[in-house]
Amino acid sequence: MKCAPFEYVRAGSVAEAVTVLRDTDGEGKILAGGQSLVPILALRMARPAVLVDVNRIPDLDGVARNDGSVRIGALTRHSALVAQTEHPLLAEAARWIGHAAIRTRGTAGGSIAHADPAAELPAVAVGCGATVHVAGPAGERSVPATELFVGALMTGLGEDEMITGLDLPVPARWGFAEFARRHGDFALVTAVVAEIEGEIRVTVGGAAPVPVRASRAEAVLAAGGPAAEAGRAAAEDLRPTGDLHGSADYRRAIAGEMVRRALAQAGVGTGAN
Amino acid sequence: MDVTVSVNGEQHRLDIEPRRTLADALREDLGLTGTHLGCEHGVCGACTVLVDGEPARACLMFAVQADGCSVTTVEGLAGDDGTLHPVQEAFVAHHGLQCGFCTPGMLISALHLLETDPDPSRETIRAEMSGNICRCTGYTGIVDAVEAASSTMRDASRPPDRP
Ligand SMILES: Cc1cc2nc3c(=O)[nH]c(=O)nc-3n(C[C@H](O)[C@H](O)[C@H](O)COP(=O)(O)OP(=O)(O)OC[C@H]3O[C@@H](n4cnc5c(N)ncnc54)[C@H](O)[C@@H]3O)c2cc1C
Ligand code: FES
Ligand code: FES
Repeated sequence: MKCAPFEYVRAGSVAEAVTVLRDTDGEGKILAGGQSLVPILALRMARPAVLVDVNRIPDLDGVARNDGSVRIGALTRHSALVAQTEHPLLAEAARWIGHAAIRTRGTAGGSIAHADPAAELPAVAVGCGATVHVAGPAGERSVPATELFVGALMTGLGEDEMITGLDLPVPARWGFAEFARRHGDFALVTAVVAEIEGEIRVTVGGAAPVPVRASRAEAVLAAGGPAAEAGRAAAEDLRPTGDLHGSADYRRAIAGEMVRRALAQAGVGTGAN
Repeated sequence: MDVTVSVNGEQHRLDIEPRRTLADALREDLGLTGTHLGCEHGVCGACTVLVDGEPARACLMFAVQADGCSVTTVEGLAGDDGTLHPVQEAFVAHHGLQCGFCTPGMLISALHLLETDPDPSRETIRAEMSGNICRCTGYTGIVDAVEAASSTMRDASRPPDRP
């Protein structure tokens, strides 16, 4: 299908983008990579009156090391996340996003703002404890990723706010495991393990409306328990819903196994630490 | 809205509605119907073109966003005299197509894959081409074709042996 008509504004700066959004009174939408928004428009699941194209705003892309974390510009394409070497967990996770033709267009900011429960970047953002930088008509604010995601496809962003970038702590040890039906499909379950400031964080994506910390699995590991037991604890903690792609029990079983694999990759809970 | 875009090396100026996708502009305004539309929402890959050398779904980009860009479509692959590109030759020789609907997207994706990885394994070819759906071939001919094209293209880029 074709999208409904809209007014197109090519923003030259973040200030211009948020001003246009404010003036449209909730009828405006940011257009970044378009890899989630354009399908929604084509299926007429949304009909914004104004699209604010942010693609040509300068200085909003790139990944730069900044002490213990990396600063990721909102317009950094998934393909650039794969290519960068400062944050190996991020590179590995981004490899799993869709296909080459999706990764060349889709952006880090768009993926966070879209907040798909099965998406890789929100899980990594929660897993590493990212801080998301947001600009609005009233100025800038910073939000922890753990507070930004409030439900499936829902964030705490205002209608006139724009993500400008995020700070993503670089883990000392890490693991990433994903299970999808076919290469490039959205994940059924994603597991992220990140050691940040000595703490092992275990996060599961795709099994709840938002990426969730597997606190019981973390407690097992903190007590010196093995990865397999942590995987089981993570699975027991989850209350996924079943759908066409897998029943609730199946998702829980897969989640436990993905946590176990991510821990093995990280070298955590193997008895050696 | 005014848009200037270079397609297969030729400059075009268009006056188009913002909601027109790049795919529709190529097909309807420029008559380049080689770019096919299957799903029109990003999943089938039939509309894949190169935008400034990078693969993109032409159904997920508005033509106004391609202002100032350089686009390559399947029509741009063959030489001016009609000589097929090695990737096209390989698809013909190895049954990489039946009905041909998916072929433009397959060729563009294969070209990009071989430019970034001149010697991919069969497994890599399968993974990298998985964004393009084919209802006819069962994919084996496509993987064979990409593998064959990779070896022809590597031979062609090797400097000739000195006596
Ligand atoms: C075939 C296919 C397969 C895919 N597979 C995967 C996958 O496996 N994993 C995955 O994670 N994703 C996948 N995607 C989605 C892809 O990752 C998108 O790039 C991403 O979800 C959205 O990023 P975008 O830049 O394209 O945003 P857009 O589509 O432009 O925008 C998405 C939403 O975010 C808003 N937005 C965009 N940028 C900002 C910003 N800076 N500030 C505030 N709001 C903003 C928009 O208004 C819109 O509501 C797939 C897409 C397709 C078509
Ligand atoms: S028509 Fe563009 S991906 Fe299917
Ligand atoms: S050849 Fe018919 S869809 Fe691929």
